[in-house]
Amino acid sequence: MSEQNVVHVARDEYLDSIKALADDGYTMCVDLTGVDYLELTGRAVPDGVVAERFEVVVNLLDMRQRRRVRVRVQVPADDAVLPTLFDLYPGTEAMEREVFDMFGVEFDGHPDLTRILMPEDWIGHPLRKDFEVGRIPVQFKEAHA
Amino acid sequence: MSETTVDAATTDYYQRSVAGTDEGDQELRPRSELTAAELMREVGAVLRMSEADAAKLGDLPDDPDDDQTMIINMGPQHPSTHGVLRLMLELQGETVLRCKPIIGYLHTGMEKTGEQLTFAQGGTNVTRMDYLSPLANELVFSMATEKLLGIDGDIPERAVWIRMLLAEMNRMSSHLLFMATNGMDLGAVSMMIYGWREREEVLRFFQEVTGLRMNHNYIRPGGLAADLPAGWRDGVLRILDMLPERLDEYDTLMTGQPIWRERLQGVGVITPQEALALGATGPILRSTGVEWDLRRDDPYLRYDEVEFDVVVGSYGDAFDRYAIRLAEIRESMRIVHQILDKMPGGDYRIQDKKVTPPPRARIDESMEALIHHFKIFTEGFKVPEGEVYVGIESPRGEIGCYIVSDGSANPYRMHMRDPSFVNIQCLPHMMRGGLVADAVAVISSVDPVLGGVDR
Repeated sequence: MSEQNVVHVARDEYLDSIKALADDGYTMCVDLTGVDYLELTGRAVPDGVVAERFEVVVNLLDMRQRRRVRVRVQVPADDAVLPTLFDLYPGTEAMEREVFDMFGVEFDGHPDLTRILMPEDWIGHPLRKDFEVGRIPVQFKEAHA
Repeated sequence: MSETTVDAATTDYYQRSVAGTDEGDQELRPRSELTAAELMREVGAVLRMSEADAAKLGDLPDDPDDDQTMIINMGPQHPSTHGVLRLMLELQGETVLRCKPIIGYLHTGMEKTGEQLTFAQGGTNVTRMDYLSPLANELVFSMATEKLLGIDGDIPERAVWIRMLLAEMNRMSSHLLFMATNGMDLGAVSMMIYGWREREEVLRFFQEVTGLRMNHNYIRPGGLAADLPAGWRDGVLRILDMLPERLDEYDTLMTGQPIWRERLQGVGVITPQEALALGATGPILRSTGVEWDLRRDDPYLRYDEVEFDVVVGSYGDAFDRYAIRLAEIRESMRIVHQILDKMPGGDYRIQDKKVTPPPRARIDESMEALIHHFKIFTEGFKVPEGEVYVGIESPRGEIGCYIVSDGSANPYRMHMRDPSFVNIQCLPHMMRGGLVADAVAVISSVDPVLGGVDR
């Protein structure tokens, strides 16, 4: 089970592919995360796959047959939207919110697409590669001048 | 999506921080402000319900004026929230109707930090995530890095067995702390002291081995930071001799005690279907009767060479989760006994010039060794391009590490699938329909570590 089984799917087939995998016995969505490939635009992808800036990676687990599959889907930067997996795997609720929070990828049909880790008024998406690492001054409301 | 009211360019950070105190869209809105469809959706945010269950929910009063329901805020500074977990609860009298966990108070951007650190430094970062099982974090990070390097099959036997020893000792210390906090949350305050006392014994052993009680950075890509110190066997045996008696005391104090059972049995029930749908792993999933333990079902290290039982419950309630953790301490002790018998000799790290710094003695006599040492600790080692996911069984469930490498010495992306982050999604479901007094018992039984949740 520890072999790395990777499937690339196109964005318009994303939901159907995951549905097919769910019907095939993948009962649990272990993980859903994103990657920003801004600095690796020319990276190697299999034939037929067009590399885009964002990639969403879904890890599914089939407990009965003890196998895993990793579904990778390309998401373009100018239209960073994917359908939600919430109706198939309710456990992706928090994970999709995290990807939205960190990368700004939106999940169409998600019941509560709000920031989950960053403050509500945060500007930008921290795990994007063009989000600089740095510090912001912190002020406390009641602090003495 | 939230509307931001503050101009992005403003440098008035006071204004921004004031705005930041309003949680806005995250908050649980009053029932009267929700349309029926939204309410269903919100229930669905916990889990899709059957038609019958949804119909029952429709019977609840939704008139804001009759004042029958109340939304209260619990945490983030509540002592029973295990750190900084905030819950918004809708109550009708004493009954919890809805619950929404709000997280992020401990978010320090550790996945972003992980991109700034080299693979050689990464261990110091990941070990601080789920701070009650630091060795599991280091282990999964090292295993993922080794897989990318293609050396995952070449780790010396002794290193593998030491990793297993420490992983199991860590499981014991983590579950012992659960015993303490679970007892304290439920009013068995003496249990807090006992659990902490026993955990401290295990941490003392960690200190002997790794130099630190927590945040060890001991398991590193390629092996370990150092070999076990002289006398380690006595340290392990002291713990193994001490614990059985103490665990029997726990049984007397809690397991068989009527008040304890009354307090936990039937509280926070979750079914196997729900646990699977929500992605719960570890003791939560096993409490529902699903036999799933990566140590047995996807053996890593040498778990296929030791004997142990996967403990499962049958009711999926808080008592099952308590009993499973207690039994898992005993199973871990059984594994550690076998590890003591089977511990092989040999090297504690791979002798691969690429990832292993030269021995200390060589640095004194060889300029090349000094340069080599310097380069590994300043520049790190390059890891081939690729992406990899490795999952192992931490005390709280499946901890996974997803690493994308671009061929440099830093991970291009390092993601941790933390079991607590996923497991707290079970809270609303476990709490619905229960008493507000049981909410504390439910949080405690999930055993979330907020350092791992927020990362």
